[in-house]
Amino acid sequence: MRPAVNNWFHFAAASRFYPLAGRLIPWFYGAAALLGALGLYLGLWLAPTDAQQGEAYRIIFVHVPAAWMSMVVYLAMAAWAGVGLVFNSRLSSMMACALAPTGASMTFLALWTGALWGKPTWGAWWVWDARLTSELLLLFLYIGFMSLHASIDDVRRADRAAGLLALVGVVNVPIIYFSVKWWNTLHQGASVSFTKAPSIATPMLMGMLVMALAFWAYCIAVALVRVRALMLEREQHTAWARETARSA
Amino acid sequence: MSPVTPSAMAPAMSPPVSLLAAVRCIFVRDLRLALRRQADTLAAMVFFVMVVSLFPLGIGPESALLRTMAPGVVWVAALLSSMLSLTRLFADDHQDGTLEQLLLSAHPLAFLALGKIAAHWMGSGLLLALVAPLLALQFDLTPAACGVLVLSLLLGTPVLSLLGAIGAALTVGLRGGSVLLSLLVLPLAVPVLVFGAGAVEAYNAGLGISAHLSLLGALLVLALAAAPVVVAAALRIALE
Repeated sequence: MRPAVNNWFHFAAASRFYPLAGRLIPWFYGAAALLGALGLYLGLWLAPTDAQQGEAYRIIFVHVPAAWMSMVVYLAMAAWAGVGLVFNSRLSSMMACALAPTGASMTFLALWTGALWGKPTWGAWWVWDARLTSELLLLFLYIGFMSLHASIDDVRRADRAAGLLALVGVVNVPIIYFSVKWWNTLHQGASVSFTKAPSIATPMLMGMLVMALAFWAYCIAVALVRVRALMLEREQHTAWARETARSA
Repeated sequence: MSPVTPSAMAPAMSPPVSLLAAVRCIFVRDLRLALRRQADTLAAMVFFVMVVSLFPLGIGPESALLRTMAPGVVWVAALLSSMLSLTRLFADDHQDGTLEQLLLSAHPLAFLALGKIAAHWMGSGLLLALVAPLLALQFDLTPAACGVLVLSLLLGTPVLSLLGAIGAALTVGLRGGSVLLSLLVLPLAVPVLVFGAGAVEAYNAGLGISAHLSLLGALLVLALAAAPVVVAAALRIALE
């Protein structure tokens, strides 16, 4: 009789997860494309002009999803790194390494689209308020994770050290999220929260949520592509990896 | 025949040295080593003084500007010189094998690490806090503002040592050296910088300093509770 624990760890083997990821990637790319098209239609065409900001506010449909994904991907990265530390599994740490560049680019995108939005509305490319500063710190945390991993030659030691660093840095994510509540910031407060009705117009909200789902699907697809490459690279001494590389 | 377990073979023995004695031993040893290698200790302090002196040279000697800049400049320089001196924390012990003996000790590694960090702080952060009044004179800070600066440094530099020890433990023996350590630790140290410099700026603006100092104290307590455990985990990862 097959022990129950096998079911949980069934895909913890790279040889099993590799084909699964390969089957999932087109679905996630497709979902990202469809949801992205729908979200851009909702946001750029259907959503009304803002009373105060005119058309300039429409960058919200890229800025907010990118910022949300920068935090979500960091939490996912730290979670996988934690799983890798606790269970000593190679694939979990590979997933964390695969998520890091995606999260860093989402953070970079959020910072840049924020600057492009801030110039016409606030009059400044950058202000040193709590939310912008903590988002910039998130970018530094991603870069720190990637550079620590890159500077350790033994890949398992690198996984564990970078994983510990990711877990230490996870305290920054609630700070970013709550910064607009804890400090007097120029950045707008939370229009969408878990505890009360959204204060943003429904077509804009719909567009933003659909774009957020599109970004989420895109991030998953890209992370799966990257983790497949990492799997082949790290497990290249195994038979399944050589077979896969030969047949590709 | 039942397998013989180790506990059946020998009676349980308590370690010959108590935890407090072990931590005190490591603390005194590291202090003594720092006192013998005065060049290393003083080099970080001279770096601190030099960096603080560079800012007026670069920005201009206008005294109102300097008085506004002073808390931030002193705090950034304290941050940077702490980062420089942190590579020394575990490097020497790693090279001669003492660090591995610490890992093998019967006492919890977190407490032993706390002893090392405390000794390191006395040789870096404490000295910076004591030297800061002289630098405050260069920036024409009032004596009361200078006192607030010293207090914020006394509260904040232990947090820098604790956070930096995490970075030092993660990077022990690596090529990247102090640059990598700074890259890892500086984002985590930003709240300390903000509240430390903010305390003096709040004083200069006539606002209360209790909020900033309370938050610095809270960061210190949090770091004291959490950092030694993380340092111990990082050392075990680094020395496998």
